[in-house]
Amino acid sequence: MADVKLKGIKKSYGPVDVIKGVDIDVNDGEFVVFVGPSGCGKSTLLRMIAGLEDITGGTLEIGTRVVNEVPASERGIAMVFQSYAIFPHMTVRENIAFGLTIAKTPKAEKDEKVMEAARILQMENLLDRRPSQLSGGQRQRVAIGRAITRNPEVFLFDEPLSNLDAALRLDMRMEIGKLHKSLGATMIYVTHDQVEAMTLADKIVVLKDGYVQQMGAPMDLYHRPNNLFVAGFIGAPSMNFLDVDIVSQDGTSAKVNSPVVAEFAAPVWRDGVGQTPKATLGIRPQDLRPVAEGGILEGTVTLAERLGTETIVDIRLSHGHRVLASLGEDRVFEPGEHIRLDFDHEKAHLFAPATDQEKQAAQSAA
Amino acid sequence: MAVVKADNRGLRLASRYAVLILVAIIFIFPLLFMVMSSLKPSSQLLLDTKSLRAFLPVGELSLQNYTDAFVRAPIAVFVLNSVLITGVTVLLCLFVCSLAAFAFVFVDWSGKAVIFSILLATLIIPYETIFIPLLLMVSQLPWVGLEGFELGWLNTYRVQIAPFIADALSIFLFVQFFKDLPKELIEASRVEGASWWTIYRRVVMPLSGPVIATAAILKFLFMYNQYLWPLMVVQEEAIRPVMVGLGYFTDQLNVPWGEVMAYLTVITVPVLAFYLSLQRVFISSVASTGVKG
Ligand SMILES: Nc1ncnc2c1ncn2[C@@H]1O[C@H](COP(=O)(O)OP(=O)(O)OP(=O)(O)O)[C@@H](O)[C@H]1O
Ligand SMILES: [Mg+2]
Repeated sequence: MADVKLKGIKKSYGPVDVIKGVDIDVNDGEFVVFVGPSGCGKSTLLRMIAGLEDITGGTLEIGTRVVNEVPASERGIAMVFQSYAIFPHMTVRENIAFGLTIAKTPKAEKDEKVMEAARILQMENLLDRRPSQLSGGQRQRVAIGRAITRNPEVFLFDEPLSNLDAALRLDMRMEIGKLHKSLGATMIYVTHDQVEAMTLADKIVVLKDGYVQQMGAPMDLYHRPNNLFVAGFIGAPSMNFLDVDIVSQDGTSAKVNSPVVAEFAAPVWRDGVGQTPKATLGIRPQDLRPVAEGGILEGTVTLAERLGTETIVDIRLSHGHRVLASLGEDRVFEPGEHIRLDFDHEKAHLFAPATDQEKQAAQSAA
Repeated sequence: MAVVKADNRGLRLASRYAVLILVAIIFIFPLLFMVMSSLKPSSQLLLDTKSLRAFLPVGELSLQNYTDAFVRAPIAVFVLNSVLITGVTVLLCLFVCSLAAFAFVFVDWSGKAVIFSILLATLIIPYETIFIPLLLMVSQLPWVGLEGFELGWLNTYRVQIAPFIADALSIFLFVQFFKDLPKELIEASRVEGASWWTIYRRVVMPLSGPVIATAAILKFLFMYNQYLWPLMVVQEEAIRPVMVGLGYFTDQLNVPWGEVMAYLTVITVPVLAFYLSLQRVFISSVASTGVKG
């Protein structure tokens, strides 16, 4: 059993509080992804789990043990670093066997495990090379190979793919997904990359300012973000945010409008919505569709980017507002074109009123 | 076009080599002078210094100076002593100083910064200023050897070795080098279950070829050139090092220059041997980094 429990975890560097009290439960065999803007403490959190950073407060449990004071080497974890961190003076074989060698594993068993790892990662033919003779993707494979030979109960990954180019990243992402399925180990994975988070995770943890903003299954976060930050952070392109006035409301929905938004009824379920006559409306670019008549938004196309499967259309509304819409490929949009948009009103997100700064922070973090 | 380019490159290469050759000549001339002079009788040697003949194997050449020098002083003993003292000190220094630097760079402990700055401050204190107190100290130090308990370290090998094992400069060199090693390599080793000792031995030291060579050369030269300290603490001929041995040739009115040159030539051999052996280390240790890139 290797579940990982963080209870009230805190981390300070001198007077600077980086992690301010974080509770996360990672179940045995689960793939959990930490995401968040740069500097929010993802790596710090991961390094505390690894035992590479002291824990300032709270308790950390791996399995059933409290491991706050347990050295990294005895936590039953393996870690893959962004910079690979493989040993340049050792061959691939020696690198992969490193943990086993220092644990004085018998040679036969060691060879077997190295071959096993090499087979899983398809690098049997590279075993006698040195790291300097490998490509970036191959180096990262070696690092993963080193991690799996010791059969750790928990794998930690700190942005393992961010040094790879896009094509390789896709490959390796799928391999890591497969690896998780075949090993069934607990994995905690830090990334900047939305797609990695959405595709790999059983559970995503969104961090910001040293707190957990929300955690849950990728689709839960996508469809029911707790707050504006999570809403803006998850999903690409980012959710559109527009300030609206609440005209009237009953318990579960509110009629809203604004100078740029025609009146419609939006569901209300988030805390803090409806206490003031103002709110921030969030609409996912993917939910918007062009309509000939009516619609709740209208504006002028300023830019249309055709991506093959979708067209990202940048639309200028009146009063200096703008929205992005992700529209189908079946129609070509020209800059300057007048366009009306509508969407499934049940998919509207109402948030407590947010400042422009908050909206921007949420959108640019993604 | 390509031809012009190639010519340019050839020219640049030629001028670079010209400069290198010039520098090499400047460095080799003293050695040449020493070796050539050691083959000439004293009378000719002094006359030759007035011209380029000083660097050329001309006139009456013989190995007579070597024979005389070996008769005058137990050269083999001195050289062996120096090689022993220097070798042991260099090895111990590399071990002790790299370990100290390892603790300064990779291990967290309180007071580290303070102790490191004190250590650095000692860099500006020349050994000569502490030799007198050091002499008083070593003359009182106890020792348990084969003959049982004794007091005072004078007239021993260890008194020529122990004070020079650890020094701030060597530690500093290692610290600077270790700081540039990718931190993740150490962290990865820790996660993989390596003890500090394992990390030191299997990860850090194998990557430290260049700094080991640098520290070794500096220490070697310092130790091989020791003069004042052995003069102070060693009276017995049997454990004297080479530089003190030079005194056998100079404490008289007519300095036998030919023999001096012969002696110097002989005692230069270990230095050259040491350099050449390290050159291989230097070249083989140009390690690529294990992190991205
Ligand atoms: N040793 C340290 N001393 C002081 N502050 C630190 C130290 N290490 C990290 N920090 C701070 O802690 C915060 C979190 O850093 P961390 O590396 O965990 O961020 P991150 O979420 O991994 O960011 P990124 O996505 O850019 O990797 C940052 O603001 C950083 O400046
Ligand atoms: Mg990070």
